[in-house]
Amino acid sequence: MEWNWDHAYAVLPQLLKGLVITIEATIVASLIAYILGLAIAIFKMSKSKLVRVSLYWMTEFVRRTPILVQLYVVFYVLPDFGIFLEAFTCGVIVLGIHFSTYTSEVFRAGIDNVSKGQWEAAKSLNYNPYQAWKHVILPQAIPPMIPPLANYLITMFKETPLLAFITVVELFRAADQYSNSYYTYLEPMTLVGVFFLIVSIPSAMIAMKLEKKFKPIKVTR
Amino acid sequence: MNNIIQFENVSKSFGDLKVLNKLNLEVKDGEKLALIGPSGSGKTTILRILMTLETIDDGFVSVNGEYLWHEKNNGKIIPASENHLHKMRDHIGMVFQQFNLFPHLTAIENVEQPQILIKKRSKPEAKDKAEELFNLIGLNDKKDHYPHELSGGQQQRVAIARALAMEPKIMLFDEVTSALDPELVDEVLTVLRKLASDTDTTMLTVTHEMNFAREFADRVLFFDAGQIVESGKPENIFANPEKRRTKEFLKKFINNVN
Repeated sequence: MEWNWDHAYAVLPQLLKGLVITIEATIVASLIAYILGLAIAIFKMSKSKLVRVSLYWMTEFVRRTPILVQLYVVFYVLPDFGIFLEAFTCGVIVLGIHFSTYTSEVFRAGIDNVSKGQWEAAKSLNYNPYQAWKHVILPQAIPPMIPPLANYLITMFKETPLLAFITVVELFRAADQYSNSYYTYLEPMTLVGVFFLIVSIPSAMIAMKLEKKFKPIKVTR
Repeated sequence: MNNIIQFENVSKSFGDLKVLNKLNLEVKDGEKLALIGPSGSGKTTILRILMTLETIDDGFVSVNGEYLWHEKNNGKIIPASENHLHKMRDHIGMVFQQFNLFPHLTAIENVEQPQILIKKRSKPEAKDKAEELFNLIGLNDKKDHYPHELSGGQQQRVAIARALAMEPKIMLFDEVTSALDPELVDEVLTVLRKLASDTDTTMLTVTHEMNFAREFADRVLFFDAGQIVESGKPENIFANPEKRRTKEFLKKFINNVN
């Protein structure tokens, strides 16, 4: 089999369209993963044991089942119960929820890192819980979270081809469609790999830079 | 003079450990009190209860004529709501052993932020107040430094300024020099002495610095096993303690220091 530039040029416009979908899916899914992950982390510190235990099992359940199965259930099974979602919506929700169980751990570690004395100082100055979170806890907890969160962003980007299985025409499926029409996999799939690398290698380098920049704030004792 | 703080039969346990046992304590408005005694005797717990960092198991605590941990509702006395605690905390400020400055804010921002958020002061008002306090603590040249760029003694002075900026009626000092290197202790105690002589704020200090307690306090309380063993003017407690346990403690303490 020989590399054919005609195929490479012909598939390019579809791949670029697919890449846009892939990036959109990554952005929306990661926003869901971050916001939901933060909420899970906060509620996991709830005083209610019921809340803590149910969240523990919910996150375990989501994390211990394959993303592909979750995608199929949400896309193909939920309509039987009267819930119809667009493929793209399904995909970002599943991906976002799945990764929120991981990002919640990052948030929790970051929050745990802020000492109890900070809460007590905030309380002694009469900050209400919202003010303590906003002005004292999160500003200290967030910087060390940025590098691991950036790494999850890259991981989510690489998992987006799973959305192809529920009909989302992202980068991989765009290539796959071309391959199926013209019976050639070499050029489309090579280009898909190259596109993924072009985005993920610089992103990983940025994440490493962030890791150096956002060391936890020093506290002298 | 009125009692600004009153403990009536207050008990507090941590698991099986009874830290306060039916404690009764009255503090007059403006009084400077030193709480001394062995570790685990419940001194710090008294401050933490007043700051609402610990709850009580039994009894009543009053601050400024109102129950702290209870409130009246249709003539009935019920446990305090978060709203009530919020209102009561306004009377009280605390300085901690570990300083607990906010590390992401500069020294002056540490003093400004609570005023802006809680006292609803404008930024310029908060800044004026903070600068006045930085003069008092003698750190005008360090006010734009972050806490990790300051020594322990400097951090603790900023923590004192932060608490003072809220203008509480009662200031609580919980072993504020215990985490400091010996050569940094004096700069903090100097600020406390100045406060004690210049303000009519009620001050409660848990301390192991006996010389400081002697000069600073109007009254010294010696604690052991969750109860006040002996209380009186510092000259009496230090020169002529009446109770055996007080004598033993002071003797041991002075021996340890020398």
